[in-house]
Amino acid sequence: MNPDFSPLSALMGGALIGLSAGGMLLLHGRVAGISGIVGGLLHPKPGDVRWRAAFVLGLLSAGVVSLVAGFDAFPYTLDRAPWMVAVAGLLVGFGTRLGNGCTSGHGVCGLARFSQRSLVAVVTFMATGMITAVLMDRLLGGA
Amino acid sequence: MRATMSVYLLGLLFGAGLVISGMTQPAKVVNFLNIAGSWDASLAFVMGGAMGVNLIATRLMPRFAAPIFGGVFALPTRTDIDPRLVGGAALFGVGWGLGGFCPGPALVSVVGGASEALIFVGAMLGGMALFHLADTTVLAPAKPAGEAGKA
Repeated sequence: MNPDFSPLSALMGGALIGLSAGGMLLLHGRVAGISGIVGGLLHPKPGDVRWRAAFVLGLLSAGVVSLVAGFDAFPYTLDRAPWMVAVAGLLVGFGTRLGNGCTSGHGVCGLARFSQRSLVAVVTFMATGMITAVLMDRLLGGA
Repeated sequence: MRATMSVYLLGLLFGAGLVISGMTQPAKVVNFLNIAGSWDASLAFVMGGAMGVNLIATRLMPRFAAPIFGGVFALPTRTDIDPRLVGGAALFGVGWGLGGFCPGPALVSVVGGASEALIFVGAMLGGMALFHLADTTVLAPAKPAGEAGKA
């Protein structure tokens, strides 16, 4: 087991994510799916912009709060060339829109609704994610 | 206005959860996905905690006629497993394992200013725009009716 394994903070942070997703559902009737929320901002429809922008602003504000609090939350210690990071971003952007969701929409929200589509999506992206991470580790010698 | 403020605070809560759980550290995510290496199971606990709490909300939903701030419950209704769903999820997984970012943590991390986060989010937005372009051109005939499948 990795020495960085942190089950308590993972569970606590996860619970906050679940609280947010549950709040989006019961208070606003929305799925807290980040790729869907952002995708809708890129091609805005009238009356459908404000809540999306507000949620993304909230996400960014969480980053600001961590910075101000002096919490080193954003280390990028992976050995990845900039072009690899760019390819990764392209795949994540294109793939999440094509597949209608990401870790939040299909994972946190879809699985909690027992959606079969989301289950298939989660199993698929977990599988290709694991294959990719294992191969990269073999190719580059360590994360 | 109060509804917008509420969504903003929920976004803040979501982002705080990502930071506290360590999901804005791509190495931690990749150490979960790399099951053949020095495995870090934390991501499974994040998903478990998030789903567990969200499950309570989804169980409570039928007791509400409408969302508390009004409107309707805008939930996905599709049930078909189509090539787009599987293909899209597969591509997303490859990008996730390669860069260590999924969309939420990537957005929160932009604030940190690391060049990788900036490159990733720029490319991610480009990928989304590229999908929209493909969706309205080459992929258009395969698109099923409605947009209900959004997750």
